[in-house]
Amino acid sequence: MNYQGKKRIEEVKKQWESNLLNKVLKKFSERKNTFVTGSNKEINRLYDPLDLESFDYVDDLGYPGEYPYTRGVQPTMYRGKLWTMRQYAGFGDAEESNKRYQYLLQNGQTGLSIAFDLPTQIGYDSTHPMAHGEVGKVGVAIDTLEDMEILFSGIPLDQVSTSMTINAPAAVLLAMYIAIAEKQGISKTELNGTIQNDILKEYVARGTYIFPPLPSMRLITDIFDYCSKELPKWNTISISGYHIREAGSTAIQEIAFTLANGIAYVSAATKKGLDIDIFAPRLSFFFNAHNDLFEEVAKFRAARRLWAKIMKERFRAKDPKSMMLRFHTQTAGCTLTAQQPDNNVVRVAIQALAAVLGGTQSLHTNSRDEALSLPSQKSVRIALRTQQIIAYESGVAETVDPMAGSYYLEKLTTEIEQGAMDYINQIDKLGGAPKAIEKGFIQKEIQNSAYKYQKDIENKERIIVGVNQFQSEEEPMKDLLKVNPEIEKRQAEKLNSIKKRRNEAEVQENLSLLKKIASSEQNVMPAILSCVRSYATLGEVCDQLREVFGEYKDSIKI
Amino acid sequence: MKNARIRVLVAKPGLDGHDRGAKVIARALRDAGMEVIYTGLRQTPEQIVETAIQEDVNVIGLSILSGAHMYLFPKIMELLAEKEATDILVIAGGIIPNEDIAELKKVGIKEIFTPGTDTNKIVKFIKENIEITKT
Amino acid sequence: MDLGTRVRQGDTRAVAKLITLVENDFQHAQKALKDLHQYCGKAIVIGITGPPGSGKSTITDRLTQHIRKIGKKVGIIAIDPSSPFTGGAILGDRIRMQDLATDQEVFIRSIGTRGHLGGLSRSTQAIVKIMDAMGKDIIFIETVGVGQSEIEVIKVSDIILLVTIPGMGDDIQALKAGIMEIGDIFVVNKADRDGADKLITEIEMMIHLNGEGKKNPPIIKTVGIENIGIAQLWKEIERLIVELEENGQIYQRRRNRVRKEIFDLFQENWKDMFFQLIGEANLEREVEKVLKQENDPYCAVEKLTEKFKKKIFQGGNNIV
Repeated sequence: MNYQGKKRIEEVKKQWESNLLNKVLKKFSERKNTFVTGSNKEINRLYDPLDLESFDYVDDLGYPGEYPYTRGVQPTMYRGKLWTMRQYAGFGDAEESNKRYQYLLQNGQTGLSIAFDLPTQIGYDSTHPMAHGEVGKVGVAIDTLEDMEILFSGIPLDQVSTSMTINAPAAVLLAMYIAIAEKQGISKTELNGTIQNDILKEYVARGTYIFPPLPSMRLITDIFDYCSKELPKWNTISISGYHIREAGSTAIQEIAFTLANGIAYVSAATKKGLDIDIFAPRLSFFFNAHNDLFEEVAKFRAARRLWAKIMKERFRAKDPKSMMLRFHTQTAGCTLTAQQPDNNVVRVAIQALAAVLGGTQSLHTNSRDEALSLPSQKSVRIALRTQQIIAYESGVAETVDPMAGSYYLEKLTTEIEQGAMDYINQIDKLGGAPKAIEKGFIQKEIQNSAYKYQKDIENKERIIVGVNQFQSEEEPMKDLLKVNPEIEKRQAEKLNSIKKRRNEAEVQENLSLLKKIASSEQNVMPAILSCVRSYATLGEVCDQLREVFGEYKDSIKI
Repeated sequence: MKNARIRVLVAKPGLDGHDRGAKVIARALRDAGMEVIYTGLRQTPEQIVETAIQEDVNVIGLSILSGAHMYLFPKIMELLAEKEATDILVIAGGIIPNEDIAELKKVGIKEIFTPGTDTNKIVKFIKENIEITKT
Repeated sequence: MDLGTRVRQGDTRAVAKLITLVENDFQHAQKALKDLHQYCGKAIVIGITGPPGSGKSTITDRLTQHIRKIGKKVGIIAIDPSSPFTGGAILGDRIRMQDLATDQEVFIRSIGTRGHLGGLSRSTQAIVKIMDAMGKDIIFIETVGVGQSEIEVIKVSDIILLVTIPGMGDDIQALKAGIMEIGDIFVVNKADRDGADKLITEIEMMIHLNGEGKKNPPIIKTVGIENIGIAQLWKEIERLIVELEENGQIYQRRRNRVRKEIFDLFQENWKDMFFQLIGEANLEREVEKVLKQENDPYCAVEKLTEKFKKKIFQGGNNIV
């Protein structure tokens, strides 16, 4: 902005304030004393060019597909190809989940996203005492390669991209995926997909850890290393802010803690001697989309800009692909209300819109009944249709980064980037994300935000429609999905049967080899692959690693 | 009882790692003057019941979002009965479908709080439903 | 069956209930405590203190797991601060001890400080007795090592471990006052971190300055979370117990403790008597007068004391 231009705006603004605004304010006060975003950032009455004085179009935004990628990671964005519509699904056993995947693919979904049950996520077989009551509940139960064969039967792995929400035992599930590709006669180099593989956020927000941080980081870098050589199209990690936000963080904290975890993974890999421009292009991210439309769009753009700077300036990456923050988005589960659940359809639509305006690469839309139970088939279809309406009817996909240049949006983008950077500096001072987690710093910050959010709702400083205002009597929702209680028994029978059929000597040999390799510095992936090929169970493989690595225990006080 | 405090065990049974609700409740109960024992994730029914007895709590608050409540909650109630500790008020929260609530109340869970519950309502419920008794 | 008998038989519920009574209504707990006293005195009481985040609970947990293997029965009292505003507390030490929760020979009790100085060490002492009478061999008292009330509490122990970690910065300076002197064994936890050796040097220097003529306490390195140094720490504890028993230190400490206990109980009784005989209203009236400059605190006390004496001589006996 040139000097004269600025002067002129200031003059006009001053006149507007005295001639109009102040008179109106005298007569009619505003609805609230202060207005804040979904994350409690104060919002001004209005934004104008004066808020963007130090804003520089080329440096701060640039063009899509170019550094710092604020406007998006591809030059044509959704004009070229729409985002991948990827509904997270899985429940019961492999047979049932396979049916749901087939259904989703037939309905126009373009990628698979596998939800595993908690025993699988924590490396227990379905027959483990801790697995009682959990088998098949929040996702599909996988005990051996046989379950994975059933899960993907009739789905050619070279034609879908598959995202697997698996962290502590990610190496094992990835090995199983490779093994079924081999059986389908598909080359490893053709495999396309993502494993979540982000252990740090498990300690702070999601809770499905197995091993302590140090050996967990080693498993992750082993996967980076293995995939850079064998699975070039595979996304080796999905560094996740989603669960951090679900645990109660603000938008700024979501970005800050996620990128701080990202920094920790990159540091660990480079320390191990991996070339940044070989593994970094395969890093991907996973964010949450909340209701505050502008704040969320700003958040996604700020994250892209900040990550690009971190990779370029801090880690000296050379390949532009290393600097691009590609991300999956899921709408916010914690904003869904058990009260008047149909309203959730509208919330999900706003959140999905934010993700698309923020330039997401793939998207999961939640179903309206998820505050009550697992989603029914009908609710899942509405959720998918919501994405399709945004894609085909709303018009927002027809131009790149359509909200750019909004004074409010650009100001917010800058503020969020700055706020996140401040947190990252603080975490650096504590010795990086793993140390900050060990000290409970990140957990405490999230808990404080979660508590404040709850209190704000209870004090009605924040209105949630149907919860603390506009309540109404309602019929309980019907047709909720029930997981067949027989699953646990069926899964146990399957497990016992495969244990009888497999070559026991071979299994034991593979398991003890894995244990040996885990105690050494060698990459564990090939040994895990041999284990799963011989139908060793997930629990058996993880037990070998438990013996070498030990187990992590929740120990951070409130 | 001049110096009495309401003691509450906030517990996460099973493998579910979503502890936002449990932690928010723990803080709200603390702020309401209660002593809250929080034992972290992945607690077995045996651990929960034994802890409740040793800590002599007035209330156990259980939280599950994973759908394993129909196995874990009744198991906890069973163990409490075995230990003759059914005087402890048991309440629960999480993602619990309506049709399960009636059944859980039948096994002795006094109240189930679903997402969106005001924490003041929980504090009030506890205060109205316990009796700090002498031995 | 009465509460005391049930406690001696190791009835967990009875033990838990009696502890509650001690905390809530000490006067009423005294009957059972009187019965139990004769069965006490066998347990060794180990205090574990140190700054927040030093890993006290983990050390307590690992030591307990270690001595469970040689058959020792263990009681643990874990103390956390209560909020001075609401009186509530989050008692979170157990989170690191839950592997012990179902061990029938381990009894863990979390208590809040509940905000009054004398009361906490009085209840702690009573809880120690209850655990002792139920047959525990070793009783750990774990508390944050800052503040007067925590130091009071930890003095209930026969021996005291002071847990520190590298990289605390100035915290070690804060510890110095009052607490460095009472440590019988120094535990440098998280000793795999940078700065462990520097911390040891600092501790050595400080001990040297403090304890003229006194024998220097041993310093043990541990990594609690990985169970490193725990066996050695226990060996050192055992050795020290023998040493302190032989040189009469344990006897002396227990003697001091009993003396203090009697005096503290007397003081508490006296306070109760004051409020029963004189009453809150009289006290408030004097407060008002002093505030209005109508009287000074010294004369006010003299006046109240006179009143108090008179009431006692009038036969205010079956009070308390």
